[in-house]
Amino acid sequence: MSGTRTSSGPGRILVTVYAIFAVAACSRSAVQIATEFDHARLAYLLSAFAAVVYVVATVALTRPGARWHRVAVAACATELAGVLAVGTASVVDSSAFPDQAVWSSYGSGYLFIPVVLPVLGLAWLRRTAARPDPSGDLNGDTSGAGIS
Amino acid sequence: MIEGLAAASIACALVAGAACVVQALRDRAVGVGLLAAAGVAELVLLAQVVGAVAELAGGQRAEQPAVFVLYLIGSVVALPLGAWWSLGDRSRWGSGVLAVACFAVAIIVVRLGQVWG
Repeated sequence: MSGTRTSSGPGRILVTVYAIFAVAACSRSAVQIATEFDHARLAYLLSAFAAVVYVVATVALTRPGARWHRVAVAACATELAGVLAVGTASVVDSSAFPDQAVWSSYGSGYLFIPVVLPVLGLAWLRRTAARPDPSGDLNGDTSGAGIS
Repeated sequence: MIEGLAAASIACALVAGAACVVQALRDRAVGVGLLAAAGVAELVLLAQVVGAVAELAGGQRAEQPAVFVLYLIGSVVALPLGAWWSLGDRSRWGSGVLAVACFAVAIIVVRLGQVWG
């Protein structure tokens, strides 16, 4: 029935964690930018960017269809690249990140979940990808759903 | 905020979360038992909100007022939303969802105490 939906099965937990990070990152960056923006502009803008990526990933993971699937992959990939880039930058030049941002030190302030989450997300999207793809199938779908 | 209620809500959330993990491992969906466990934690959290609002109204100030209020809101919406989302998947994964929501609440209450001062 809904076996290939990205928001069912293990994906349900994935969406939960993404939603928590979306809310947390949005609230945190809103407070930071509103109250102490001059303190660490770069870190706070990156936090805001991270917040947007989490929101997009959460929404895309809850929506069916190949297009939303691609959006989810793009969001997770952006997130992974962002965590690795910001994490490395914050370790190499910690003066640019005087205050903890979501992705600094690879998300160490968030139990390193920010660096694990996109990997799990991409793995899950890969598993759920095969069937909705309309291009180049030989024998039709094998999902057993009986709906075409 | 009221320290005793904070400790009680963390304990309730952790117990409910652990019960959710056990049920998920036993391949059970969310049932009345888990919802009741989460409901008990939610009642303690609501009591905390009443206490905290009374203290704020009485002139006490949190060290980071804006962040405190956001965490306070987060602490009471997390479990209802988590329960709703968990009921959308009547399998072990729903129990896993509720477990994540319970553990998130425990972390939120810890942070709540930190930003209070």
